[in-house]
Amino acid sequence: MADSAHPHQITGAEIVIRCLDQENVQYVFGYPGGAVLHIYDAIYKQDHFKHILVRHEQAAVHAADAFARATGEVGVALVTSGPGATNAITGIATAYMDSIPLVVISGQVPVPAIGLDAFQEVDMVGITRPCVKHNFLVKDVKDIASTIKKAFHIAKTGRPGPVVVDIPKDITAHKTEFIYPDTVEMRSYNPVTKGHSGQIKKAIKLLMEAKRPMVYTGGGVVLGDASEAMVKLVKALGVPVTNTLMGLGGYPSTDKQFVGMLGMHGTYEANMAMQECDVLLAVGARFDDRVIGNPNHFYSKDRTIIHVDIDPSSISKRVKVHVPIVGEVKSVLAEMNELVAAEPPQPSAALKAWWAQIDAWRGKLCLSYDKSSSLIKPQYVIEKLWEVTKGEAYVTSDVGQHQMWAAQYYKFDKPRRWINSGGLGTMGVGLPYAMGCQFADPSAQVACVTGEGSIQMNIQELSTCKQYHLPIKIILLNNRYLGMVRQWQEFFYENRYSESYMDSLPDFVKLAESYGHVGMNIEKPADVEGALSDAFAMKDRLVFMNFITDQKENVFPMIEAGKGLSEMILSQNIDAEDL
Amino acid sequence: MRHIISLLMENEAGALSRVAGLFSARGYNIESLTVAPTEDPTLSRMTIVTSGSDSVIEQIIKQLNKLIDVVKVLDLNDGKYIERELMLVKVKATGAFREEMKRMCDIFRGRIIDVADGTFTIELTGSGHKLDAFLEGLGQTAILETVRTGASGIGRGDRILKV
Ligand SMILES: Cc1ncc(C[n+]2csc(CCOP(=O)(O)OP(=O)(O)O)c2C)c(N)n1
Repeated sequence: MADSAHPHQITGAEIVIRCLDQENVQYVFGYPGGAVLHIYDAIYKQDHFKHILVRHEQAAVHAADAFARATGEVGVALVTSGPGATNAITGIATAYMDSIPLVVISGQVPVPAIGLDAFQEVDMVGITRPCVKHNFLVKDVKDIASTIKKAFHIAKTGRPGPVVVDIPKDITAHKTEFIYPDTVEMRSYNPVTKGHSGQIKKAIKLLMEAKRPMVYTGGGVVLGDASEAMVKLVKALGVPVTNTLMGLGGYPSTDKQFVGMLGMHGTYEANMAMQECDVLLAVGARFDDRVIGNPNHFYSKDRTIIHVDIDPSSISKRVKVHVPIVGEVKSVLAEMNELVAAEPPQPSAALKAWWAQIDAWRGKLCLSYDKSSSLIKPQYVIEKLWEVTKGEAYVTSDVGQHQMWAAQYYKFDKPRRWINSGGLGTMGVGLPYAMGCQFADPSAQVACVTGEGSIQMNIQELSTCKQYHLPIKIILLNNRYLGMVRQWQEFFYENRYSESYMDSLPDFVKLAESYGHVGMNIEKPADVEGALSDAFAMKDRLVFMNFITDQKENVFPMIEAGKGLSEMILSQNIDAEDL
Repeated sequence: MRHIISLLMENEAGALSRVAGLFSARGYNIESLTVAPTEDPTLSRMTIVTSGSDSVIEQIIKQLNKLIDVVKVLDLNDGKYIERELMLVKVKATGAFREEMKRMCDIFRGRIIDVADGTFTIELTGSGHKLDAFLEGLGQTAILETVRTGASGIGRGDRILKV
């Protein structure tokens, strides 16, 4: 409120609201508490954005994160000081590992109390330093607007990431004039955009002359909105393409040039092609340990690597790169497309032979599983989910076997539809991620594929879903085990299932009903498809689908940690003689 | 290999902890780190002495550049440079030691900056090697206390690190 002596002065709390309005924020996911009460009071009086009250701060950050993943906009979360702030950490670290643009506003104790171990004081800037792109502690009301402006700018430009703005309570009560800067000038922060043209030419020449070319794309293509340009390039070159777990949807999975996901649980053909190619174009991906396995094994074959990434520090971090190109992937790919259009590649015998090799690898049918079982196979549920939703749903997942099955069997054709925690591998993201997606696209089908371990890590959000009428479909692949842990124990610890059995599970149907939702138990393969159709037909209800699946099913193919790309373990369904 | 890295960063609260945190989080070595404001009070200049393989040093430079507060980074080892370190040493100055300390100080072109009953405090600048050699020359029994600043480095000639 402006006071009469200073007609243009408003409180810091009101400034926060005005800043968010200036940034066209539609949703703020948050949870109130002492240090942010002035801000909540200002929220009460405004109608610029909608505040979504979650049931745990971790979920607020995850939901904001998913909103960002689904829309490409900056997600916003608001938490109080102390425990509110620490509860947000897992969410922030999760977003950081996957380069998701977020602004997290945390309350702080009043400036004079900082450092005195005040009630609900934590050093938020100190705690979050290793898991944010940047963070700020605002110590003067006059700095709120310019700091929030910078926070949004930093979060969404360059390699995106979460930015924390910590605001002491007294600062939100102080008054000043509201001036929102139009632009941000920072001498220390000027991310590159365009790639080096000479390097781009060199890359295209290498790809055109390659005998066994391969394209490997990651989350950068999705986050950089470059999937259209990516498809164009891959089509024009006629080369095989694989996506990382984070990159799924960056290239349409149903296209014949797509060889599936690569990595620890990637397809046989994708991993073999990565290992055997002679020229590799990596775009917005980072050669991490779950993707190429043991780098020494990867080096055992010679190949020329071209690496396009916005972040110079991602280049030559784990794997030595021959043609580094630092720039926005969209702009670099556009330049590549121009070069290819000017001089289209000629069909080559070598490329034909390469495709024949890839088709032979494909012939292993590495994703086949036992379809005659009387138990529900988790893979089957995902295949049916894909059919029932016509491949158009937003699919979020938690972390574990179900995540890998969702990635392997749901064929994503569009970017920003597959929402999961790739880098940090955070159990508990699934439900809040589904919330963020449903807010991002209210009329869309949103499925949360989860395990009975993971879903219980943020189960309280069923209440939030009720409050905001979010018609999410929860696909619980209930194997009564922390399945991924059990799988490792089976393979590497001689079946000693230490603490991986999930005892005393709740009755999930009753649980869902008690929150006001619909619950379903599905115990027979024959019921899977019908149940999914029924659930998705309930367009305005959250349906919690408890699929009782085969307890001992494992995820294949699998590369053991520390092994190389071509050292996959395949399902027992695939004859070893075939390999 | 040992590298000496110079950087300019915004002179803001917490900027130093971002650099220190980066080194510890990623397991990089720090032999020494010095920091102080420059003639432009909004900027701090830092000199970091580290060691690692070429690829580690390349990552260190990239990761430093990635810090939002860091304005410029220069690996001094990429060209010619000078480095200096300041050391203060308190030594025994009783009896025969008194003359001996004065003589050592002259040889190494140090200065005695504090004289007390039985002690001298010597100021010495130079490369780390020179300071090491001086300490060795003094011998353990003579040394009461030492304090070293860590190296500061600057490029030779027209190699200038400025915004
Ligand atoms: C917060 C958190 N704690 C622990 C883990 C380690 N972890 C990875 S997968 C997994 C088991 C997940 O079990 P469940 O959710 O039931 O899924 P399933 O593997 O059975 O499909 C665990 C414990 C993790 N990723 N995240």
